Amino acid sequence: MNLPFSIRFEKRTDDVPKWLPAATAIGSVVIAFLISGIVLAFIGGEPLRVLKFFFEATFGNWAVFSDTLVKATPLIMIGLACSVAFKMKLWNIGAEGQFYAGAFFASLVVLVPLVPPDAPKVITLGAMVVMGMIGGAIWGFFPGFLKARYNVNEIITTLMLNYVAIFWNNFWIFDKWSDAGFQMTPTFPKTAWLPRLADLAREYPVFSGITLHVGVVFGIIAAVIMWWVFKRSRWGYEINLIGDNPEAARYAGLNITRNIILVMMVSGALAGLAGMSEISGVVHRLQEKISAGYGFTGIIVAWLAKLNPFAVIIVSILFGALIVAGREIQPAGLAYLLQGIILFMVISSDVLLRYQVRIVRKEQETV
Amino acid sequence: MNFEIILHSGLATGTILLFAGIGAIFAERSGILNLGVEGMMLLGAMAGFSVSLSSGNAWVGLLVAMFAAGILSLAHGLVTIHFQADQVVSGLSLTFLGTGLALVLGEGLTGQNPPLIPDVSIPLLSQIPFIGPVFFENHSILVFVGYLFAPLSWYYIHKTRPGMHLRAVGQKPSAADTMGISVYGVRYFYTFVGGCLAGLAGATISLSVSPGWYSSQTTSGQGWIAIALVIFAQWNPLRAALGGYLFGAIRRGILDLQGPALLFGFANPLYVNSNLGFFLQMTPFLLTIVALVMGSRAAARKRLGSPAALGVPYVRGERGH
Repeated sequence: MNLPFSIRFEKRTDDVPKWLPAATAIGSVVIAFLISGIVLAFIGGEPLRVLKFFFEATFGNWAVFSDTLVKATPLIMIGLACSVAFKMKLWNIGAEGQFYAGAFFASLVVLVPLVPPDAPKVITLGAMVVMGMIGGAIWGFFPGFLKARYNVNEIITTLMLNYVAIFWNNFWIFDKWSDAGFQMTPTFPKTAWLPRLADLAREYPVFSGITLHVGVVFGIIAAVIMWWVFKRSRWGYEINLIGDNPEAARYAGLNITRNIILVMMVSGALAGLAGMSEISGVVHRLQEKISAGYGFTGIIVAWLAKLNPFAVIIVSILFGALIVAGREIQPAGLAYLLQGIILFMVISSDVLLRYQVRIVRKEQETV
Repeated sequence: MNFEIILHSGLATGTILLFAGIGAIFAERSGILNLGVEGMMLLGAMAGFSVSLSSGNAWVGLLVAMFAAGILSLAHGLVTIHFQADQVVSGLSLTFLGTGLALVLGEGLTGQNPPLIPDVSIPLLSQIPFIGPVFFENHSILVFVGYLFAPLSWYYIHKTRPGMHLRAVGQKPSAADTMGISVYGVRYFYTFVGGCLAGLAGATISLSVSPGWYSSQTTSGQGWIAIALVIFAQWNPLRAALGGYLFGAIRRGILDLQGPALLFGFANPLYVNSNLGFFLQMTPFLLTIVALVMGSRAAARKRLGSPAALGVPYVRGERGH
């Protein structure tokens, strides 16, 4: 080829412009939608109608937007869970299992029961929050411990524990706490339900049928705390340092072993909290398939948000919408496909953050 | 609980892990960690099943399965080799992409009956007592392919010139580059090989070992187990084959525990309460973790590690290669 110019990639020497990371993220999503549309057209679908349906079914009115936010709620917490682990280059892909573990432990409060059935709502819910986080933290502890102590690859261990958590849950809902042979526990008493906007419908009729629950507040509080941890706290600085340069961190005398275990437990606790919020705010019992793949979608959320806690909230809303629409859009795998393409676009576009693209004219080059 | 049946079944299901594991070994030996095995396998399983159905020939299905997964793996190659993206995240997104593609394109395949890869017995060899029925009787042709493929792969990696180039690129790409080996070329090629083998593993499931298309349940996490197997096998194809067979046999043995009413003369609790079976279903995944811990400790003791440049992008002229 004999073009009058050549395209060159040059390593950036100056700082990345502030707007560029956000621009590449948005661009990635747009391109991913385009590619998915082409795939859809290719297999005989109507991309534009699906797109129109997508917006109507997710942002069309308050009721469906509330559904979107309900799906975004666990994603916020799991996105944060993944962010904190990824900051330290710990590849926790076990949020799904930690979510189930959190749901199971939180259910123990009602099912064992750990607090008297007539305890006030605040006590019951408080106990469930604590237990949910403990459950997730336990599920995060084992991979963290194995990684820190024996250098066992955490990707595989966290992933394997996902399956273990799901089978573990299944045993209890099929056996001990099965509701009359159905594959679910009996519905929890109202004291174990997170308040919903719909509860206020008697005073404010606007809210009737709005399923948004307090879990979303948990997510926002968690995001603020994680932002503070990352930006302002000494521990956040340590995590960043270990993630960027473990050798330097070791020379600086940081306890890497302890931090690996701690980060995995915090990550697990956040995912566990998401599990608690889901059973207490949405399904109101322990059952099969309480997660719509939140643990895996959370990975993409964290990456697309560039591990920024506030961006996690925004990205979660987009992916919440994808889950809501994905339930109805045919074929069923389309949402997965879209997620995969988005993630690919995001990591490919990262090259723009590291390199500058320069178009050089040939005459100049020869001079 | 029949020992012969357990071993026979272990060889069949182990063949899936053998192909996927050795594929991952090839890619990782060149320095490319591809965590997308599960996605590539699922795409291969779908493509093989679908093409066998439409073409009426299972072998054509098998070839297309390998090619489809190989092409998919090149997306990972492009992003990690040229764009130097993080291999872990890229591999994860490949899993999503492969799963999504397989589910979208595999709509309506459930319940269909395409031609399958036939089972055969080897004359004479199958007459040997015990060994014959276990190793050489009524196995898919792919199982026999596996018997030959593992030692050939070992020979290729350790004893041939291209195998030496492969190892050099994974250990010290800058040195390989100096010797005139194309680091990018080698990495693309073995990423593709790894993808093809993952596709073959997927088609081994859907067209032979447990035929059918059950959407994402078709592979049910075996791609991840294959990745763990690579670490357990310390990047050695022979150990990967043995590990795969062993894993398959243990898996079958555990499931068979549920059958008998009496176990060692006692009432079998698994028979009395079938819900305890959930704990049995957990065991392959717990075993994988145990195998991984053992592999990691052995590697640490013998100072054997992963290929030195595994997961590290190569940029000519940059330090640290």
